[in-house]
Amino acid sequence: MTKTILAVDDSASIRQMVAFTLKGAGYEVIQAVDGQDALDKANVHNVNLVLTDINMPRMDGLKLLETLRNLTHYKTIPILMLTTESDNEIKAKGRAAGATGWLVKPFDPTRLLEVIAKVIG
Amino acid sequence: MSQIQSVATVSPSSIESVKSEVTNEFLTFRLGAEEYGVDILKVQEIRGYDAITQIANAPVFVKGVINLRGVIVPIVDMRIKFGLGEAEYDQFTVVIILNVAGRVVGIVVDAVSDVISLEQEQLRPTPGMGSIIDTEYIMGLGTLDERMLILIDIEKLMASSAMGLIESGFN
Amino acid sequence: MSADLEQFYEIFFEESSELLADMEACLLRLDVNSPDLEDLNAIFRAAHSIKGGAGTFGFTDMTEMTHMLETLLDKLRKGELEVRSEMIDAFLKAGDVIKDQLAGHRGEGQADPKLAEEVCEELKRLCEETQTLSSESVKSVETKSEEIPISESISSTSEIISEQLSPTDDSANETYRIEFNGSDLAESVLTHLMSNLRSLGNLDNLTSETGKGHYQLRLRTNKSEEDIWETLAFVVDPGNLKIEKESTEKKPEVKSHHVEEPKQHSSITADYGFFPGAPAAPIETPSAGQQPAENSKSDSQIASKSQTKATAAAPASETSSIRVSVEKVDQMINLVGELVITQAMLAQTASQLDPVVFEKLLSGLNQLERNTRDLQESVMSIRMMPISFVFSRYPRVVRDLAAKLNKRVELRTIGENTELDKGLIEKIADPLTHLVRNSLDHGIEVAEKRIAAGKPAQGTITLSAFHQGGSIVIEVSDDGAGLNREKILEKARERGLPVHDGMTDQEVWLLIFEAGFSTAEKITDVSGRGVGMDVVKRNIQSMGGRIDIESALGVGTRMSIRLPLTLAILDGLSVAVGDQMFIVPLNNITESLQPSAEDIKTVSGEGRLVQVRGEYLPVIALHEIFNLRPKVTDVHRGILVILEAENQKAALFVDDLIGQHQVVIKSLESNYRRVQGVSGATIMGDGKVALILDTAALVMASQQEFV
Repeated sequence: MTKTILAVDDSASIRQMVAFTLKGAGYEVIQAVDGQDALDKANVHNVNLVLTDINMPRMDGLKLLETLRNLTHYKTIPILMLTTESDNEIKAKGRAAGATGWLVKPFDPTRLLEVIAKVIG
Repeated sequence: MSQIQSVATVSPSSIESVKSEVTNEFLTFRLGAEEYGVDILKVQEIRGYDAITQIANAPVFVKGVINLRGVIVPIVDMRIKFGLGEAEYDQFTVVIILNVAGRVVGIVVDAVSDVISLEQEQLRPTPGMGSIIDTEYIMGLGTLDERMLILIDIEKLMASSAMGLIESGFN
Repeated sequence: MSADLEQFYEIFFEESSELLADMEACLLRLDVNSPDLEDLNAIFRAAHSIKGGAGTFGFTDMTEMTHMLETLLDKLRKGELEVRSEMIDAFLKAGDVIKDQLAGHRGEGQADPKLAEEVCEELKRLCEETQTLSSESVKSVETKSEEIPISESISSTSEIISEQLSPTDDSANETYRIEFNGSDLAESVLTHLMSNLRSLGNLDNLTSETGKGHYQLRLRTNKSEEDIWETLAFVVDPGNLKIEKESTEKKPEVKSHHVEEPKQHSSITADYGFFPGAPAAPIETPSAGQQPAENSKSDSQIASKSQTKATAAAPASETSSIRVSVEKVDQMINLVGELVITQAMLAQTASQLDPVVFEKLLSGLNQLERNTRDLQESVMSIRMMPISFVFSRYPRVVRDLAAKLNKRVELRTIGENTELDKGLIEKIADPLTHLVRNSLDHGIEVAEKRIAAGKPAQGTITLSAFHQGGSIVIEVSDDGAGLNREKILEKARERGLPVHDGMTDQEVWLLIFEAGFSTAEKITDVSGRGVGMDVVKRNIQSMGGRIDIESALGVGTRMSIRLPLTLAILDGLSVAVGDQMFIVPLNNITESLQPSAEDIKTVSGEGRLVQVRGEYLPVIALHEIFNLRPKVTDVHRGILVILEAENQKAALFVDDLIGQHQVVIKSLESNYRRVQGVSGATIMGDGKVALILDTAALVMASQQEFV
């Protein structure tokens, strides 16, 4: 069965790069431009993994994490956050908000697939 | 991946076909008593002669412009250009729409004959004179049975400053 | 894989340009004295996003610069540092550098690496200044390591925090001894780590000077050992980490997290990781298997705390949009243009049908006409953009220039949401910049002069835009000195321009658009040497627009640019000469009339003048210009269309008027060449091509004949 990934980033270039990479690897990708958009889409799609940026307008990644974790379907699915290497504080916050793990930006497509594969096979 | 594979299998044969293809195809047309040929790859389409809009202060051989499905295309009368006299336009008058030098241009000719293939050995170099066209724009002469074809380097001709179709930069 | 990334470059470039523009706008409206946190966050986010993209796509120069920006901005938004105006300047400069770097990667120029370095240094200095500031204000602790200056400020600041945050329940506290090797950690990482630890409780730095990166810390906290471990495990290699609990009675009950395995180098460079015990985390990290149960307990603690913080982020309204290439839009506009033509052809054919027999067909065609028109309008509106895209650059221009000229100027903008065609947006920016600079340089006086004249010390430049008829009007007005009629005339005479005292003010003002004209008392490097105003006028004319000046001495000047709304569609009047049809742009027509024979005057055999409302206007016979055989040759038997362009009038002599049309402008030059007196072509309802007259050129040519 095709796994569906919700990719959330306000930066169109990164989002599309991520989507392109994931689609190339056979995943179904839903794109969202910020936390609010992601939440709206999370409610209508059956998502297997969420990959979210942290710093975003409207609703940031942390808030998205918390909100998703309060939804029944999203209690147990992996949610990975994209951070920059200096964001240790963010990592701690993300962990607290229920993130499964983190991936440092910038990353190359191979690494992205590697990490995703570890989580949802 | 499948894309890459298919490219890999196709390319050797396509290279071969290019190599073996020493023949060139020409669209031949009549202007007065002479028969001419232009590289078929430059020809976009052939259509009848219809409503034309004159352009002020254009060379006499530029008849004007037409609307070709929304594109404004200038029309050159080859008879006038080559000094064969003013043509009578009738139902056989044909416009060959060419794609040359990144532009779309139409030429009016008396009639289109056919498309012919010429082998390398059927081509002759251009003699010094004897044609109404400046030899600079002639690629060579072709012979087919008893017919002689004047092969025009249509791209070079249309782009030349003498045609006045393209802004020369000095104006 | 890297080749794959290239297809996203263009998106990244565009996105970054927009982010830079946003950043600049935020910076310019930021009040240094009471900065808006939302703005600071927005600026930070912009820098952060650019950095993320630049890193992903391998534009390292941009990564460095944005990283510096981000670091300083982060301090500002967290309130660790106060905003100062020199920072704004540095940010703006950094933005410029990034713009250059972006252009460099786009292949449109070269960024100056020296300048980038300078700005980087500047940002670093601003960032560090406060660190020294805070460490000076606090007494420093004896234990410090020299080669790692960061520990100095950490240990010193921790003292303040420990005073402020004295825990309420002392009994709950435990003391831990933390040891790890940090020699391979970056300074910024250490800073973060230390501040994270500090947030857990009281931190003492016991690191010795000879420690060579071996850190010894003591932390008194009510948090569990796992919390400390987690905080550290993000950055410190677990193989290098030791946490021991010191009981309050100093009874050394040692519990070590030291993992006995060969040192696998630096987890700080690990670019991903999973949180032990988190939902769906794969069992991979060394910590994962250790204390899952306890972990989840401490989770909820932190979660409830950070929840309150996260909800503070206020939702901002944002319109949703999609990004489409201009080519696609233009292709659509072309297709709709075709549709309009086809529809017109159908309408023309149908007009010959019997309306009773073909009632249904005809009503269908009417419906088609309405739909086509609506479709055309909405497609055209895709290309329309608000003028704010252009206006947004002027706060910066005015700010920089005012500082340079030592003038005080406020910029006001009105009607920023007025829309015009994207093509015009791109073209109007340069001329408008020139007018704004000109107003600032020549219009607005220095403060002393203004006060002496009884005006407020701060001058005002107002940019406004509004629609009027089928045009958009853009005005640049200032409350400056106004134009000086005498000076302009004097200068014009010096330059040998044909002037006389009887000229109207309007005519005099327009002299400043003559080539080589400058009335500034001294030449400045701002508005140049009189080069430019003539270019401004030419540019505006080439867009099919015109420029007018109103001015009053001592009160101010207003320059109005009037442009067509779009480049692609034109309201025109079709006229016939012989069997040809031409389109005259409607906005150049003042009236059309049938003259009486006695109004026509022949001048020296050739030229003709016509008297219209007391004015003598040159007659342009279209058939003569275009070598056509007209139906009528006597002017008084034909129609005169009175044209106005460049403040000159002329009468166009044609056979007949046909009707008004909205026509789609097509270029003659894409397959042919420029034709004198013709600005383009269009396709009429019957499928025929009609040429659009270049009225300005025709009028100017007619004037020359009589000068």
